[in-house]
Amino acid sequence: MSDFKENNSNVNTQEFIIEGAGCASCVGKIETALKQVPGVKSAAMNFALRTVTVTGNVAATQLIQAIESVGYNAKSAQNSSDKELLDEKEIAEQKYYQKLIIQMWIGLGLGVPLMVYSLMGGPMTVNSPLERGIWLFIGLLCAAVMFFAGKHFYVGAYKSLVNHSANMDTLIALGTGTAWLYSIVVVLNPLMVPEMARHVYFEATAMIIGLINLGLALEVKARGRTSEAIKRLIGLQAKTARVIRDQQEIDIAIEQVLLNDFVRVRPGEKIPVDGIVFEGATTIDESMLTGEPMPVKKTSADEVVAGAINKSGTIVFKATRVGKDTALAQIIKMVKRAQNSKPPIGRLADIISAYFVPVIMIIAIVSAMTWLNFGPEPSVAFAVISATTVLIIACPCALGLATPMSVMVGVGKAAEAGVLIRNGEALQTSSKITTMVLDKTGTITLGAPKVTDIVVVNDMNENTILAIVSSLEAGSEHPLAQAIVESASEKNLTLAKVDDFKALAGRGVQGIVNGDRLFFGNEMLMLEQGVALTQEMIARAQQLARAAKTPMYFAINANLAAIIAVADPIKDDSVSAIQRLQDNGIRVVMLTGDNQLTAKAVAEKVGIKEFFAEVLPEDKSTKIAELQAQGEIVGMTGDGINDAPALALANVGFAIGTGTDVAIESADVTLMRGSLHGLADAIAVSKATLRNIKQNLFGAFIYNAAGVPFAAGILYPFFGLLLSPVIAGAAMAFSSLTVVSNANRLRFFKAQEH
Amino acid sequence: MLTVNLLGLGLIAVIVWWFWLYKPTLVKGIPDASEVTVIVENGVYQPAHISIKENYPVRINFIRKDESPCAAMLLFPDLDISAELPLNKPFVITLPAMKKGQYPFHCQMKMYTGSLLVE
Repeated sequence: MSDFKENNSNVNTQEFIIEGAGCASCVGKIETALKQVPGVKSAAMNFALRTVTVTGNVAATQLIQAIESVGYNAKSAQNSSDKELLDEKEIAEQKYYQKLIIQMWIGLGLGVPLMVYSLMGGPMTVNSPLERGIWLFIGLLCAAVMFFAGKHFYVGAYKSLVNHSANMDTLIALGTGTAWLYSIVVVLNPLMVPEMARHVYFEATAMIIGLINLGLALEVKARGRTSEAIKRLIGLQAKTARVIRDQQEIDIAIEQVLLNDFVRVRPGEKIPVDGIVFEGATTIDESMLTGEPMPVKKTSADEVVAGAINKSGTIVFKATRVGKDTALAQIIKMVKRAQNSKPPIGRLADIISAYFVPVIMIIAIVSAMTWLNFGPEPSVAFAVISATTVLIIACPCALGLATPMSVMVGVGKAAEAGVLIRNGEALQTSSKITTMVLDKTGTITLGAPKVTDIVVVNDMNENTILAIVSSLEAGSEHPLAQAIVESASEKNLTLAKVDDFKALAGRGVQGIVNGDRLFFGNEMLMLEQGVALTQEMIARAQQLARAAKTPMYFAINANLAAIIAVADPIKDDSVSAIQRLQDNGIRVVMLTGDNQLTAKAVAEKVGIKEFFAEVLPEDKSTKIAELQAQGEIVGMTGDGINDAPALALANVGFAIGTGTDVAIESADVTLMRGSLHGLADAIAVSKATLRNIKQNLFGAFIYNAAGVPFAAGILYPFFGLLLSPVIAGAAMAFSSLTVVSNANRLRFFKAQEH
Repeated sequence: MLTVNLLGLGLIAVIVWWFWLYKPTLVKGIPDASEVTVIVENGVYQPAHISIKENYPVRINFIRKDESPCAAMLLFPDLDISAELPLNKPFVITLPAMKKGQYPFHCQMKMYTGSLLVE
């Protein structure tokens, strides 16, 4: 608590963004309120920017309270943006890298000459007073190396030990500490150890410290690359925005853009915040955000999203979402969160990590005791070497890093392709999907149906029928209903008043217009209402259905009046995307509320063999459950609104977005672009990531499982082989680097373009 | 030799007790505060065990002083919170009012561990 207060009090100048200040008189009110806070030296408000700068040693919360007490909202401008945090992180990492490199040179500076000396046959033993003197000097040098290049290991080991926990530092500190202590005992009091065992291991301590620092340095660099995707997303944010306030255009930082500000964007500039176009027309490139390669046309009342690039014209738009609320900020937040979540496959490593270090310490003791009891002379020296080597070679980091590093890169890679994966579990399950259920409307098709045929049965004319049906359908939310309403409005038809309107799920609608009882819907509805359908009419409807159109019957007072057919065009790339899924061995099933014939026609067009037709909205999840009962791991793809229960029930729910609506709660995976290729991409990324995690985990397990017994000297009785602690240090330093580098290979994963 | 062996076995017993059997009683209570500061340094969170009141939202200021990237990631798995802590700069995590129970928090690799005890 006290630390934080002190930190805050060191901030002498603070800046706040004021919300709700609409007039110049607010300035005085806010400034006065702030100046009354004890400790405030000055407060000055910039009305154009809606910011206030305060100097004085006062906590930010107190100042915000003061502003709020006079009726305004304030937030600290010091709240670092993602971009600032990223920049700071890069600077901090660079500094840490340099520090590690210096520490590496300190360690190797002593270790390498000593090792060369020993390799060239120089005696590393203490037998004469002169040797004692020289080794004492080197021992003290080594202590200096430990202090200057390895202090963090020892402090970290001590601190975590006191807290009843143990980590990498513990192992390194114990390993190098044991080697140094033994050596210094040999130097200070050689008589304590048998003559044969009067060997010093200062070179091992110095070398290990040097190598581990090198390993850490390279790991820091490699880790930086794992967050490339998020860096790219953050880089999409504009730094400034040109807003129009009081008839003046001013350039301000994007953090200061307020809701309902009017923002001007010129060609080539980034859209700074989300909004709705107020004037002007342009084309906008959203490809970095959604993976959608085609630029989109925008004019008045169209939505624009932060991070997209304005290509051709100048527009003025009204800000509707700013700061942390923009779609881009939400995407960044979601990707970051998913990158840090762990798929179930990583849990085993977590459990092992919790026991790892103490177990290694016990193995080191057992190994030393075995050597002492059963080893050849000088058994003390062997015991020390084996214990040191065991402690040094064991690497909990490789195990711990295996999963998170791959998830980090994999989720980021998916985001680049416009695929937002909610968490590690969704990532893992996606890789195992055996059946993919696709909703027809809006998923396989564009979801923008159009009226194609009106077959009039009675003596009314087409437009009259369209006007009545459209009146009836105006109250319905069904996509097919919208097609009819739109068609009527295109023809400027006048709608009539409807009484007793009722939507009959899965059948159609009914209502009363001008005293006539009207029914509009499928064959089932007509049968229920006793509307006579002639064979000819049924044949006509079937003919329309076979052409992948959806025929609907219109009856007035139980007499058939017309058949209206509506068709929803299939997305251009649905066929190739479905082919891709099938090529990956995934069973693709289509789900639709449409009649059998239309469903069959659409399924045939896109190459789907299995489909469920005439499925009522509430029965969609039943179909998912049926497939799951067959032992399938089911992915369900829909628009995320009508099929939320089915998406939630499926093993993985994919919501197919219309651009940047990322707030689809029921979905495990959100596809930002409308193309079904996003699905195939999502599955391909998840498979690649899981494969990568498995490689990492396998590598780390094998490394430790083979390295530790080897270090303990298990091969010595058979082949006379004992691992040098220096080699162990090198192996351990590079094992975690290998894991991070392997995860980085995922960066080269490419979403397939079709 | 016997002494050495006994010493070794004793050491193993100490390790088992110290790391696994010992239950931390180091819970630091802050019943009336709505803000706690946790320092992230040298492989530990300080304080690592925090007790807070039930149904009472709390802000935790994490200040990471450890340069290692290991220390940067902070996760509250039960609360679905994850954050990357900047170096030497307070980072506020706002926790919602919570029900009684223990909520662990840790770094990405669970080398740094701590817990919230809601009472």
